[in-house]
Amino acid sequence: MKTWMRILAGATALVIGAGAVAPVAAQQPNTQFIGITGYRVGPYGANGAAFFGGFIDYLNLVNERDGGVNGVKLSWEECETEYNNAKGVECYERLKTRAGTGPTAIHPMSTGITYALMEKAPTDKIPLITFGYGRTDATDGRVFPWVFPLMSNYWDAATGIVKFIGDKEGGDAKLKGKKIALLYHDSAYGKEPIPVLEAEATKLGFELKTIPVPHPGNEQQSQWLQIRQYKPDWVILWGWGVMTATALQTAQKTGYPREKMVGNWWAGSEIDTVAAGPAATGYYAASLNLAGKSYPVTKDVESIVYKKANKGSKAELVGTVLWNRGVAAAMFTVEAVRTAQAKFGKKPLTGEQVRWGIENLDLNAAKLKSLGFDTMLPPLKLSCEDHGGSGQVRFQQWDGKEWKSASDWMKGDTVLVRKMIEESAAKYATEKGIKAGCLPG
Amino acid sequence: MLYREAGQFRTSYAADQQLLPIRQDRILMAVLLAVAFVGVPLFASDYWLTALLTPFLVFALAALGLNILTGYAGQLSLGTAAFMAVGAFAAYNFQLRVPGMPILGSFVLGGLTAAVVGVAFGLPSLRIKGFYLAVATLAAQFFIPWLLVKVPWFTNNSSSGVITSQPIVILGYVFDTPGSKYLLVLAIVALMALAAKNLVRSRIGRAWMAVRDMDVAAEVIGIRIMRTKLIAFAVSSFYCGVAGALYAYAYLGSVEPDGFNLDLSFRILFMIIIGGVGSILGSFLGAAFITLLPIFLDVLLVDGALALGLNLPSGATSMVQLVVFGALIIFFLIVEPHGLARLWQIGKEKLRLWPFPY
Repeated sequence: MKTWMRILAGATALVIGAGAVAPVAAQQPNTQFIGITGYRVGPYGANGAAFFGGFIDYLNLVNERDGGVNGVKLSWEECETEYNNAKGVECYERLKTRAGTGPTAIHPMSTGITYALMEKAPTDKIPLITFGYGRTDATDGRVFPWVFPLMSNYWDAATGIVKFIGDKEGGDAKLKGKKIALLYHDSAYGKEPIPVLEAEATKLGFELKTIPVPHPGNEQQSQWLQIRQYKPDWVILWGWGVMTATALQTAQKTGYPREKMVGNWWAGSEIDTVAAGPAATGYYAASLNLAGKSYPVTKDVESIVYKKANKGSKAELVGTVLWNRGVAAAMFTVEAVRTAQAKFGKKPLTGEQVRWGIENLDLNAAKLKSLGFDTMLPPLKLSCEDHGGSGQVRFQQWDGKEWKSASDWMKGDTVLVRKMIEESAAKYATEKGIKAGCLPG
Repeated sequence: MLYREAGQFRTSYAADQQLLPIRQDRILMAVLLAVAFVGVPLFASDYWLTALLTPFLVFALAALGLNILTGYAGQLSLGTAAFMAVGAFAAYNFQLRVPGMPILGSFVLGGLTAAVVGVAFGLPSLRIKGFYLAVATLAAQFFIPWLLVKVPWFTNNSSSGVITSQPIVILGYVFDTPGSKYLLVLAIVALMALAAKNLVRSRIGRAWMAVRDMDVAAEVIGIRIMRTKLIAFAVSSFYCGVAGALYAYAYLGSVEPDGFNLDLSFRILFMIIIGGVGSILGSFLGAAFITLLPIFLDVLLVDGALALGLNLPSGATSMVQLVVFGALIIFFLIVEPHGLARLWQIGKEKLRLWPFPY
């Protein structure tokens, strides 16, 4: 190839680069623009496709069925993060520039991206909704006014699992002297429940053994050998991705009953159990939301978004745990906008106004029913002190084909969790020099 | 025509040895610096500053560090991200635990800590070479993030292992806007790039290149191999450490050990391969190519689809972007295996003769 061609090639690359960054206005005027930092490629692409599929299906439903929120149509743009922190920050910055009102509220769907954005949210005045992940102590809204770890956090899950095990054993008192093993993904995420489980162990008198599984967790022979020697009464599985299915299969090989294993909600989706095959039958998992297609909202999505408007994302995913979670996450955003509209008027709202809407969200059972969610979610009410709202979890059991409800909505040791959250948040506040307090409406 | 050095006579050794002996190069560099220091902060949007230019500069610094080790001293390393992690976490801990510590002091100490760790992991280079050394540095890549996760002291007992950086305050001025952070990073990177450029022209730099080209011959002419290699590791890790500290403080604001993974090390290695091994300019060109081009492609595809009224799912544009980016990498490596810096050099030679090439 001639040299001038090389130079031409280099010049072309530069021109492509320079020309590309002229942002085109993506959103239509007079709509509530929602920025979505999603992921559909990369190692966790399957999880992201289900969650964000449900999220967008619900936004489409609101537009098609109700004509938007009180007449204000929704518009959105999805930016691919590939579950990568740096890309997540770039997406966030890009979405921030898109509309005059900003991207409404961001669901990072990644603990790492949540941490990276938490520093930026107060300056940019954009609320973050982290539904079942992220920083646990952000539940204290006086220190973290812009972050909403909705519903339940990891500590709620851990104490909820202990409560569930207690119930199965016939009361918390029966836990005394029992042996529980925590098999966890050796990462920030996996270590999150350890402090609260240790506190529970001293309080209730059971013995706790923590067994780490190195990432990615597709080989667990030695861990299960330890479990066989230790003979725990229960195994708590804090897994992610391929680790969960491997744990279930190895448990079957070592002969540990699956009925004595309880996972958290990231170890409890169809992606995990279907991969494990028959080994998963009988396994329990905590859940933030129930799976299934029997809810009125799911029927609406199927008939209006998929059949009538033909805008559905992927029909196979409808009704799975993560798809339902995406629908619920979108519903929180939409309802926060609706709540804020009652105060600020029926027009596109800014992040600051939506933040007020989230903080004053009140989704009682009647409201959830009218939205078509029935029993998929527990009632939820937020306040400045409590950015979680419910702290409830529900247990499901895999019957070999689908998840079946195995308990009612229940709470763990909320007093203990709240105490630990406040301690941790206060420590953060002193470290960062934040003066804790509620933001004025 | 424009780029011609005829008539520029050098009458002293100093003039002959200066960094940019050709007048046009000096003018170009002055314009470039003026644009970077004055023009960009005046006209660039926050998105450009935070999402594009700051990471570009940080990665250019890391690539520069790796280029010193791999490009100049010939020691292949896969531990770049780990040394960045050392810099970031060391700066965080100095800032946290030493009262009244100036932030620039923390950055320097972070870099020095990374240098010490780099020397420790560079010791195997005295015995092993090439791919085997790459595997030895891979040990650093796995060991350091593991250690940072394992020992809670490093993250100040943060339950999730994530650290959030303290505010950057220098002489009472708080660097909290995208523009101020960009200028800070730019100043540090410009100074360190200048230092690197001079370093590789010095006795040490020449010793590195001698070792790279043939270590036995270098030893025969009196270069102390051990010292030369270890200095290369120390200087390289220092650069990577400072880059890591800037990555945490000026770019992301919060980092976790798992973020400094092998993937990041590879990205930086690809930067120097595409930009040009053994070239300071190449580090910048490679960093620009690897960090900015995917974003440009993505924006182009998303906006292009919108402008054409196509409703592409977000996953699809990402896939297309990966395919195009991969194809471009292959294209550039085929047309110019010596990297983008070499393209620039060829371009300059052609410009000298233009418009009458022979």
